[in-house]
Amino acid sequence: MVKRLSGLQREVLHLYRTSIRIAYSKPVDNRPRFFSFIHEEFGKYKDLSRKDFTTIEHLLRVGKKKVEMYSKPELKNIH
Amino acid sequence: MIMMNRIAKTSVLGNILKRGLATASATPRLKTFKIYRWNPDKPAEKPRLQSYEVDLNDCGPMVLDALLKIKNEQDATLTLRRSCREGICGSCAMNIGGRNTLACLCKIDQDNSKQLKIYPLPHMYIVKDLVPDLTGFYQQYKSIQPYLQRSKYPDDGKEVLQSIADRKKLDGLYECILCACCSTSCPSYWWNQEQYLGPAVLLQAYRWLVDSRDEAFSVRKSMLQNSMSLYRCHTIMNCTRTCPKGLNPGKAIAEIKKTLASN
Repeated sequence: MVKRLSGLQREVLHLYRTSIRIAYSKPVDNRPRFFSFIHEEFGKYKDLSRKDFTTIEHLLRVGKKKVEMYSKPELKNIH
Repeated sequence: MIMMNRIAKTSVLGNILKRGLATASATPRLKTFKIYRWNPDKPAEKPRLQSYEVDLNDCGPMVLDALLKIKNEQDATLTLRRSCREGICGSCAMNIGGRNTLACLCKIDQDNSKQLKIYPLPHMYIVKDLVPDLTGFYQQYKSIQPYLQRSKYPDDGKEVLQSIADRKKLDGLYECILCACCSTSCPSYWWNQEQYLGPAVLLQAYRWLVDSRDEAFSVRKSMLQNSMSLYRCHTIMNCTRTCPKGLNPGKAIAEIKKTLASN
């Protein structure tokens, strides 16, 4: 039986998957950097309570803005 | 002569000293400011109100003076936008004592038994402390194309002329500084921030609609011709009541409605 995800959980997963997809649009040599950056960013709030909706919503908003910024084709690498 | 000078100097110095002593000896009038605090670096912590005590004897008359005094002397982490300190830039818009206004134009209530609560603009996402995220507001402003649109300009390369009567129509519209006080005081804007343009942006929309030099009249009109952009205004008139510049966005919106209805 697959666990049913809440709307918020699905949104977080969606954000994670879009960011990984954007990493794949970057030059091959720089991709590992993007992956580790994404993992780091998501790992920061691993211990956040599942019920802390307002914080999760805020982080989602911030995350979406960041994804928008990093998805620009001019941006090729991060350090 | 030298003696005279010295006497004059000492008496002036004495006066300054006396005056200095007078303010120092007066009992400090401590007023409590309760200010909304929230730090984005610790998103799991909930927003809170923090109290600061300011001596009104040693502080300028405006709320912005008190805020800057707190930031300078008590807590450097307090974050707010400010720039011109004379009500012309619109940076320091915030909710002071339950009313959206500019901190630089709002006098401190000299009754120090009452405390003053200061919040950021209501119903906006917060960047930090008193700084709201106005990205959506500016995008809406951009969407009404707030610039002169016409096919021909005068051959001499100088300004496009208009009659005195036509210029008069812009009075009460061009003074808007886009501080977002009115938009964020509008319940209609609170619930439909995505689609409803809000009083500040509609005031600007009207400013370009009535401009005799602008030729995009019909395009601008058709942009507003839907149920959300304009018609979410239910003449609540919070906008006119709160405007720190004394403008009347409610009337401008009514004029737009009239223009749309008559054509």
